[in-house]
Amino acid sequence: MQKIKPLDHLVLILGVLFLCVPVVMALMSSTHYPVDIHSNGLFLTPGDNGLATYTKVLTDRGGFTGDVTGLRMLMNSLIMGVGFAVGKIVLSMMAAYALVYFRFRFATILFWMIFTTLLLPLEVRIMPSYQVMSTLGLLNTYTGLIVPLLASATGTFFFRQFFKSVPDELLEAARIDGAGPWKFFIDVLVPLSKTMMAAIFIIMFIYGWNQYLWPLLMTTDEHFYTLMRGIKSILQVWVGSQIPDYNEAFALAVLAMLPPVAVVVIFQRMFIKGLTESDK
Amino acid sequence: MAGLSLQGVGKTYSGNVDAVTGVEIEIADGEFIVLVGPSGCGKSTLLRMVAGLETVTRGEIRIGDRVVNRLDPADRDIAMVFQNYALYPHMSVRDNMAYGLKNRGESRAVIDERVAEAARMLELGPYLDRKPRALSGGQRQRVAMGRAIVRQPAAFLFDEPLSNLDAKLRVSMRGEIRRLQRRLGTTSLYVTHDQLEAMTLADRLVVLNGGRVEQIGAPLEVYRSPASTFVAGFIGSPAMNLLDARVEGGRVVLEDQAIGGAELPEGPVTLGLRPEDLRLVQAGGLALRLDYVEELGAQRILHGFVGGQPLSVAEAGAAPLSDVVRVAVREDRLHLFETRSGHRIERAGLAAMEPAE
Repeated sequence: MQKIKPLDHLVLILGVLFLCVPVVMALMSSTHYPVDIHSNGLFLTPGDNGLATYTKVLTDRGGFTGDVTGLRMLMNSLIMGVGFAVGKIVLSMMAAYALVYFRFRFATILFWMIFTTLLLPLEVRIMPSYQVMSTLGLLNTYTGLIVPLLASATGTFFFRQFFKSVPDELLEAARIDGAGPWKFFIDVLVPLSKTMMAAIFIIMFIYGWNQYLWPLLMTTDEHFYTLMRGIKSILQVWVGSQIPDYNEAFALAVLAMLPPVAVVVIFQRMFIKGLTESDK
Repeated sequence: MAGLSLQGVGKTYSGNVDAVTGVEIEIADGEFIVLVGPSGCGKSTLLRMVAGLETVTRGEIRIGDRVVNRLDPADRDIAMVFQNYALYPHMSVRDNMAYGLKNRGESRAVIDERVAEAARMLELGPYLDRKPRALSGGQRQRVAMGRAIVRQPAAFLFDEPLSNLDAKLRVSMRGEIRRLQRRLGTTSLYVTHDQLEAMTLADRLVVLNGGRVEQIGAPLEVYRSPASTFVAGFIGSPAMNLLDARVEGGRVVLEDQAIGGAELPEGPVTLGLRPEDLRLVQAGGLALRLDYVEELGAQRILHGFVGGQPLSVAEAGAAPLSDVVRVAVREDRLHLFETRSGHRIERAGLAAMEPAE
């Protein structure tokens, strides 16, 4: 084994500080009063306003309509994140299943067409998507928030590669055992894909959780506001001599960080297995 | 249980590649048939056509009295054992065996009983709740067989089931498969490229070459009178020596030495000599210039040249050898083949021999 050098540790410590200090700063600053933050800048030490800030952020009714709480936004974000992740997994698994196991014309071309959409970010098709949703009357609904973004080239690609690595004999054994296409999918492929699903769940949950532009366009009703929008709207009140509630923005940011962290921590082991384990 | 009948079965892949042509086999109920041949000879394709995993291009496959050409694999009443076992990795041994029955809608009680019975037969009892990955290769293979047994099918299909096992295990599993098949009396079709496996397991062998049947017969029959030079070279280990010889004046002449009579028209002929039918003598016979010797323990195999042609001799002795040894031919064990077509020339053509020593 190589000898551990102090320099290596120094580099590591610097890296950890670089990544952690902003998070600590946000956490600590959220426990101070907005005036102090405004005049003294950010804090690295805890203040005494923490409990009040978090209670206020979570329960205080705000917005124009006066009944959107932080909890509500948290829930909306969760619905977005989970709906995204689950929807994408279901959709891309079925697409990959069709592409790998069913012989139909143009399957390869179709796959590459799906794959090239990876190159196009959401922003490119955001106006047409909005138009479609608006025509369908799905503005200000969870359906409208989630469905248009479900098609996932990444997910389809991952599952396609995974299904291709499943030995053909398994399918043949299942056919002899009397399992039709649907049964084979549910009884064999889905259980085999568990780690893969965990990996995609993390990626897609965070992707959905962090969506900002799409919810901004899709929802005008404050009941559908997500946390990301909430943070933004706190900072928008800078009119006249009013100081924005920095502490609340930080508190929301900290809260917004927790669910993705939880998801990563819970699924981490399966995640790493899913991305690295190729042999079955 | 039922017999199996293949009539004029052929398979053509896209691009006009004939994988299998005109295969005719009648298999009696309870018979153990081994399809044997080198890789690419179409034996697996044939098996997969019987299983329903490949479509049949020509001909008719019957299981019992039913033509199954267009039936789904699940409806053919067969069970298959794969080379890589193809066990469902996420299911326990018990669920692996029960899966097919569950899909057929058998009752819980029937499933439990059959799984227990198969587990007892294959000594898998202690492993029923394990996942396949926690089993050794031999155990996995037994689970794969258990999965076939519980279905109580009309026929077992084996696709090189022992190829992934080590040599020692292969021998014991071979015996186990044979015993099991005898006991259950289920018609079996077994594919292998290993001629030893084929010889030891089969009631009848089907030797395939290039998608065609070269010979069908009991193992000893195939060994004693191979129908062609291909079969002669493939069945038997070490392989039969095939030498260019001539028929001259009613005698088979090899490298200017007459070694037996044959009432055949004059001309070239292919002479087949099994290494185990040759023996060393002090004088007379053929002069074999030794090249190298393989020691196998119970016997040794001498490789050398007669004239310019390679010849091997299997021999049980351990005496030191000189560079040139004399080899005598057992004349009642000569095999003659037409040089051009490779077909066997029947023994009736061989006249009574004079000793060549």
